[in-house]
Amino acid sequence: MSSEKKKPKIAVFKFASCDGCQLSLLDAEDELLAVAGAVDIAYFPEASRRALKGPYDIGLVEGSITTHHDAERIQKVRRQCAVLVTIGACATAGGIQALRNWSDKDEYVRAVYARPDFIQTLKMSTPIAEHVPVDFELRGCPINKKHLIELISATLAGRKPNIPTHSLCMKCKRSGNVCITIARGVPCLGPVTQSGCGALCPRFGRGCYGCYGPAESANTAAMTRMLRELGQKDEEIARLFRTFNAWAWQFRQASEEAERA
Amino acid sequence: MSATLPATGSQSVIEFSALTALISALRRRGYEVIGPVVRDGAVTLEAVEKVEDLPVGWGDEQESGHYRLKRREDNAVFGYTVGPQGWKRFLHPPEVPLLEAQRDNSSFRILKKPPAPVRYAFLGVRACELAAIRILDRVFLGDRYVEPGYKGRREAAFLIAVNCTKAGGTCFCTSMGTGPRAASGFDLALTELPGREGHRFVVEVGSEAGAAVLGEIEHRKAREEEVREAQAAVDNAAGQMRRAVDTEGIRDVLFDNFEHPRWDRVAARCLSCANCTMVCPTCFCTTVEDVTDIAGDRAERWRKWDSCFTDGFSYIHGGSVRLSVKSRYRQWLTHKFAAWVDQFGTFGCVGCGRCITWCPGRIDITEELRAMRGVEASA
Repeated sequence: MSSEKKKPKIAVFKFASCDGCQLSLLDAEDELLAVAGAVDIAYFPEASRRALKGPYDIGLVEGSITTHHDAERIQKVRRQCAVLVTIGACATAGGIQALRNWSDKDEYVRAVYARPDFIQTLKMSTPIAEHVPVDFELRGCPINKKHLIELISATLAGRKPNIPTHSLCMKCKRSGNVCITIARGVPCLGPVTQSGCGALCPRFGRGCYGCYGPAESANTAAMTRMLRELGQKDEEIARLFRTFNAWAWQFRQASEEAERA
Repeated sequence: MSATLPATGSQSVIEFSALTALISALRRRGYEVIGPVVRDGAVTLEAVEKVEDLPVGWGDEQESGHYRLKRREDNAVFGYTVGPQGWKRFLHPPEVPLLEAQRDNSSFRILKKPPAPVRYAFLGVRACELAAIRILDRVFLGDRYVEPGYKGRREAAFLIAVNCTKAGGTCFCTSMGTGPRAASGFDLALTELPGREGHRFVVEVGSEAGAAVLGEIEHRKAREEEVREAQAAVDNAAGQMRRAVDTEGIRDVLFDNFEHPRWDRVAARCLSCANCTMVCPTCFCTTVEDVTDIAGDRAERWRKWDSCFTDGFSYIHGGSVRLSVKSRYRQWLTHKFAAWVDQFGTFGCVGCGRCITWCPGRIDITEELRAMRGVEASA
């Protein structure tokens, strides 16, 4: 056996998603060579035809489970990966397609497809963690490529990744942004949303859309109260919580409560 | 210009137009002058070069969870009260690289980086903010272990205080004994007189460095009525203050009310977003993060502002000690008004009102403290 340490094998799997999150690995131009030097990208159909067999050291999973076929496939993927990391709002929360969870999916299928009988799909779009154990969830719609690099670096170094779980407000304040809710009355999900995007929207005067999902200890009831005080109607509040992370339980609960109110 | 320097404690007068000269004199001495600037609908603290950079003619309206800039009827430069940021941002920055290391065969080597030699001059430090700096001095410099980065920035800093002539909507410095008059701890202290006899400032000299800088710009001795007018303007601010904290025995009230039902009520409203701790001029807590590159050859250590409202803050082997929002809010308020007294000999609150204004949940610290005494607010 060679004394050279074998490079860890990484695989990237896609489920129901737009591909944007796995593309962020290719988008990490400055670090891509370093990544290729440190790991063996063994399975990444989006980037290469080369497909090495498992098992893999790290599996990155993008997308949600929306078909019977995918529900079975994720079980096989899990068995092949020592560490399984879900990337993006689809994989961690069901994605924008989880809006179907509140509707009649057969009605959609009939309205959209010429041959509805060709379409085999589940009633719900669900996150990966509802199907198999997940070692780490990398949030965001899309994920932050710096987080992905940090996650890979940390995993290789055997340390905890520095990925914040606190509110977006902390990033806004550290960055010196003026709070748009307090100074301008703009509705913003920042107080209940996990940091990670670099406070992109508030920096440009837009309220946070909650792309990174619920922050740790998100108090959505207090958030709803704040939004009402800003003059938001219940239907607007429900819509605000129902975007990319609509099915994350804290946002789900908040939107359903606003709808019932 | 006068041949002899004005004495410490003396009162002089400079004209409105001399403000640019004051900033220039500081810049000539190698200071980066940080002052109030209107940006994104608030008064923030930024580098300034001339009087036009300052919020001339702007005031503000503040309430719990509410801040709006308002045009004033006069041309006052310091007619606003405190904005969202404190000087903590500069003396104790939000994100600081602590060290860099490089792998060296089987060992590693620390790449020493000299600390950035920034000399700040702060223009427009309010009395409550001077009190906050004194508190940070106690925390970072007053014990066996001194924080070297803070020490360097603090000792090099030149402080121009501004006495408040108007109270903000959420201010309560009078009850905390920290304002609105800047009593000490400054190099120069200005009181703005935007009055009929020409826009001018009464300047009190607080140090030899202050005297030297004042000596470089056009100034004259203050007339007695100008000193009286300045005094009256500051008294006016004190009289306007609508909020107060009854500090008498508050330490024991908090320590004796660990299970007060009010903690549950405030936790229901608290977003645990940490805004209060970020805007607080005395909250000093930080976390340290180590990052490595993919190859594992380089490592960096960063220090970042942290907050007792996060999960990670109280994480000790195996889990967080304070899992509930209730326990976090209680920790924060009890630290500010009780444990801080035992730890550092003062309160950890200076009455600036930022945590009230910038709380999206509209929690008012003065109201919570009143409730702890059993006096329920009407709101």
